[in-house]
Amino acid sequence: MATATIERLIGKSIKRREDPRFITGRGTYVDDVKLPGTTHAVFVRSPHAHARIKKIDTTAAAKHPGVVAIFTGKDMTGVNSLPCGWLLPDLKVPPHMPLASDAARYVGDPVAVVIAETEDAALDAADKVKVTWDVLPAVSATDKADARTSAQIHEVAPSNVAFKWQIGDAGAVDTAFRNAARVVKKKIVNQRLVANPMEPRACLARYDAATGDLTLWVTSQNPHVHRLLMAAFVLGIPEQKVRVIAPDVGGAFGSKIFLYNEETICSWATRQIKRPVRWTSTRREAFQTDAHGRDHVTEAEMGFAADGKIVGLRVKTIANMGAYLSTFAPAVPTYLYATLLNGVYTIPAIHAHVTGVFTNTTPVDAYRGAGRPEAAYLLERMIEAGAAALKMDTVEIRRKNFIPKFDNGFQTQVALNYDSGNYAAAFDKLLRMLDYRKARSDQEAARKQGRFLGIGFSTYIEACSIAPSKVVGSLGAQAGLYESGKVRVHPTGGVTVYTGSHSHGQGHETTFSQLVADELGIPMEQIEIVHGDTGAIPFGMGTYGSRSASVGGTALLMSLNKIKEKGKKIAAHLLEASPGDIEYANGQFQVKGFPGKAVPFGQVALTAYVPHKYPEGLEPGLEETSFYDPSNFCFPFGAHACVVEVDRDTGQVKVLRYLAVDDVGNVMNPMIVDGMVHGGIAQGVGQALLEGAVYDKDGQLVTGSLMDYCMPRADNLPVLKVDMTKTASPSNPLGIKGCGEAGAIAAPVAVINAITDAIGSEDLAMPATAQTVWQALQKANNRREAA
Amino acid sequence: MYAFTQHRPATVRQAASLLAKQEEAKLLAGGHTLIPTMKLRLAGPKHLIDLSKVEGLTGIEMRGRSLIVGAMTPHVEVQTSPVVKENFPALAELAGKIGDPAVRHRGTIGGSIANNDPNADYPAAALGLGATIITNKRRIPADEFFKGLFETALEPDEIITKVQFPKVNKAAYVKFPNPASRYALVGVFVSKRGSEIRVAVTGAGANGVFRVSAFEQALKKRFGVKSLEGLSVPADGMASDIHGSAEYRAHLIGVLARRAVAAAG
Ligand SMILES: Cc1cc2nc3c(=O)[nH]c(=O)nc-3n(C[C@H](O)[C@H](O)[C@H](O)COP(=O)(O)OP(=O)(O)OC[C@H]3O[C@@H](n4cnc5c(N)ncnc54)[C@H](O)[C@@H]3O)c2cc1C
Repeated sequence: MATATIERLIGKSIKRREDPRFITGRGTYVDDVKLPGTTHAVFVRSPHAHARIKKIDTTAAAKHPGVVAIFTGKDMTGVNSLPCGWLLPDLKVPPHMPLASDAARYVGDPVAVVIAETEDAALDAADKVKVTWDVLPAVSATDKADARTSAQIHEVAPSNVAFKWQIGDAGAVDTAFRNAARVVKKKIVNQRLVANPMEPRACLARYDAATGDLTLWVTSQNPHVHRLLMAAFVLGIPEQKVRVIAPDVGGAFGSKIFLYNEETICSWATRQIKRPVRWTSTRREAFQTDAHGRDHVTEAEMGFAADGKIVGLRVKTIANMGAYLSTFAPAVPTYLYATLLNGVYTIPAIHAHVTGVFTNTTPVDAYRGAGRPEAAYLLERMIEAGAAALKMDTVEIRRKNFIPKFDNGFQTQVALNYDSGNYAAAFDKLLRMLDYRKARSDQEAARKQGRFLGIGFSTYIEACSIAPSKVVGSLGAQAGLYESGKVRVHPTGGVTVYTGSHSHGQGHETTFSQLVADELGIPMEQIEIVHGDTGAIPFGMGTYGSRSASVGGTALLMSLNKIKEKGKKIAAHLLEASPGDIEYANGQFQVKGFPGKAVPFGQVALTAYVPHKYPEGLEPGLEETSFYDPSNFCFPFGAHACVVEVDRDTGQVKVLRYLAVDDVGNVMNPMIVDGMVHGGIAQGVGQALLEGAVYDKDGQLVTGSLMDYCMPRADNLPVLKVDMTKTASPSNPLGIKGCGEAGAIAAPVAVINAITDAIGSEDLAMPATAQTVWQALQKANNRREAA
Repeated sequence: MYAFTQHRPATVRQAASLLAKQEEAKLLAGGHTLIPTMKLRLAGPKHLIDLSKVEGLTGIEMRGRSLIVGAMTPHVEVQTSPVVKENFPALAELAGKIGDPAVRHRGTIGGSIANNDPNADYPAAALGLGATIITNKRRIPADEFFKGLFETALEPDEIITKVQFPKVNKAAYVKFPNPASRYALVGVFVSKRGSEIRVAVTGAGANGVFRVSAFEQALKKRFGVKSLEGLSVPADGMASDIHGSAEYRAHLIGVLARRAVAAAG
């Protein structure tokens, strides 16, 4: 029998198997699913940021040709509030009804749904729904929400405070600051962002009156979570009667984790009218109703010893929750933000206080990085301010403060225990790639010609493999996030994998196939990956928080090991050997030391399904399921650098160079990791230079379309130079840390630090548009002239 | 989008009579402004008069010392035309900076000028080169054509057929794009034709495209960057929005005008 070693695929840049169908336009997205008799839903939304609903008159609309049904909140009896899935102590949880019936609390808040034969008929009829509003005062600004004069948004939340939460040791920080050589203080704003995935949200709900089954196709990152929250918590339908399918999903970045009003309403409505109901968001609706990200206003203080060592950090953050608590909203500025404030530095004392506030704006929830970009931004702006105050080089001050290399555990001041890290190594590699000394001399030379160049750095740490149940449980969370993986071996040796992870751009069909191919020694063509269908996969938690490879991959690995163990028993029987003497290599089970005495994988599979010659007492079939709950988070880290040129006349910033060294632990597919990092950096540069959701004081969303909200485009970026260091994570057997969010975490502050370096002014807010930079230059000039 | 009836006339005369006869009718050129507004239900014309099959509305040629561009000529043809590149390089460059390739293949010079978006590029060229807008009824000098935000001298049943640009000695356009829309946050077109100097500004004015006479007079004395030193445009009368304050826009006009003069040589 041939025993040629099969080439390992893990660690190789295998081209993505899913791409041919995507790039030839043959993916199946929710909007591509066509069912006979489908009706179309259009939502009547509030044009006001805050208004009491006095009356909704649907008479004229109901008479419009083609209208099938119109529902308001009053019709949705027996339906509960959309749940908040992550509770904090003393969290104020106001009701969030799918259709608001007492008052609308942000522009876009849905108050009625018009269902018609065609989308046009629904749109025309929706124009005829007359809502009588009693407009109330509104508040949109994060740092004004709890002012005495502000609008009161929910009865349960006096002064619009959703929660007050803290972590760390306030006393220790006080003491540290008393003994510090310098304490720098800064107001730091992390502006509100809109995720803007290419595919807008969409749903199609079908109730089968014959069986009582409900099927929901929805743009979701986690179909089981969608099903659990919607069926059990809101609509009160038994879960076994509901199937949620998230087919191809065109990007999400967090915004498709959450249970939204629209799919809930369509799922309820299809049961009323007994016909399928479809809704696909317009881009305008996406701006108004997809959960937004970030939106922190922070007062931060960092204390330094004379030699540049950090002695303490004090943080007071106000986090904008928007009008209601979205599914995971309270977790983001607490467990995913404040627990990361130790960064990659030795900080002996930390205290963070976070106030979550309600405003008359779109709800805010997790967006790529979720909390961790805010933490990285804060730390890296503060250390930069420290360098300026102490007149130290920004490289030197970072080097001085890195946590030294460790392999298995570092206890932070803010609850988390890091897995493994070698922060200085990543930074040093970055400096070599950049050629720091040359970059500084180029900067000086350019300055002599009147050109303003700037060099900026950032380092970051990320908590991935979200979320080990025990760890987050001990922090007060009422949920934990494991993952499932089922491996079904077919009688002829083909394999179908059913994963609870969900791919909406990540490339799981490729990376998971690589893992299976290596473990079983079979070609990728023999492997199919199924995801996104509660009717097919075991209960799964889905994809976000850079968790698929580390958590979903490990669950899969566990099942593969079980398959191999069972296969050994079958092979032993066939080979008349003892199971303990069987090993699995290169796609065959063989007797240790006798490679000639072997049976191929396919034969073992067939035997499992045609068990004439079979071990006594062993179940037929070859199919295994595993659930993996990680023991700890994984902590990827890295260092990024950016070189910019600022046009001193216009303030325009051009990113000349961008370099990154990320340590995401072991790597399954370097090309896919690079792609993830590239996309993340693009989004991070977007936050630094271009993006920002703006509300006016009345709560109108001024940046309501792509004409006003600026997404990064290819020509905003230079050719990116990315590299890695590899520090395996001890938290999971694959040694993977996670790469999905790294770029978006590290990039904003690298860019901003580069700009402040170029213009010699510390005062700069994101997005650093040309006007913002020009104004900062003017201010710096005026200060210089005054001095 | 609201329902509408589409008409496809073959001649300018037919188009004009449809436009006069039908209530709530609109001309459709490249549709890159009109169709998006209809999709958002911000416009709901009952009749669309499609100019794409009307004869004689496309084409680019030099006639004597003037360039004639048919109203239905898409931006990409102006951008790539050897005739334009040779005689009006600044105009070819301007056309190449409008939107993206899809926009440049559909959008037309007639549609852009008729629409008179305060951030559009062509109005700056028309005013900055002293063009003449030729319609089915008359010839309108650019100086009298652009009346305000999205407002022009066109009468309800008037159709732009051609735009005529007189040849100049020097010209350049410098555009500072709005990063989101990539329309002009501010754009400055300068030209020199004998002793006639034009400095036309798009994007900045609260009332649309306009000329900066102070800059023109200074450049008339000597066409050079130095002539503009110390000169500025007051923030009064400038547009102000989240993308740029009136003060910033006024400042950019000075910067871009100097760059345009330098580029014009
Ligand atoms: C994504 C995008 C980016 C863009 N970027 C830019 C940019 O950077 N710079 C820029 O300048 N423009 C930009 N545009 C606008 C583009 O140049 C359009 O082509 C232009 O605004 C209108 O031309 P159109 O042929 O598409 O006209 P249409 O949309 O068909 O018509 C516009 C208006 O003009 C009227 N009209 C059309 N033709 C005539 C005629 N011959 N006589 C009288 N009235 C007429 C129509 O009735 C309508 O009211 C952009 C557009 C898009 C969609």
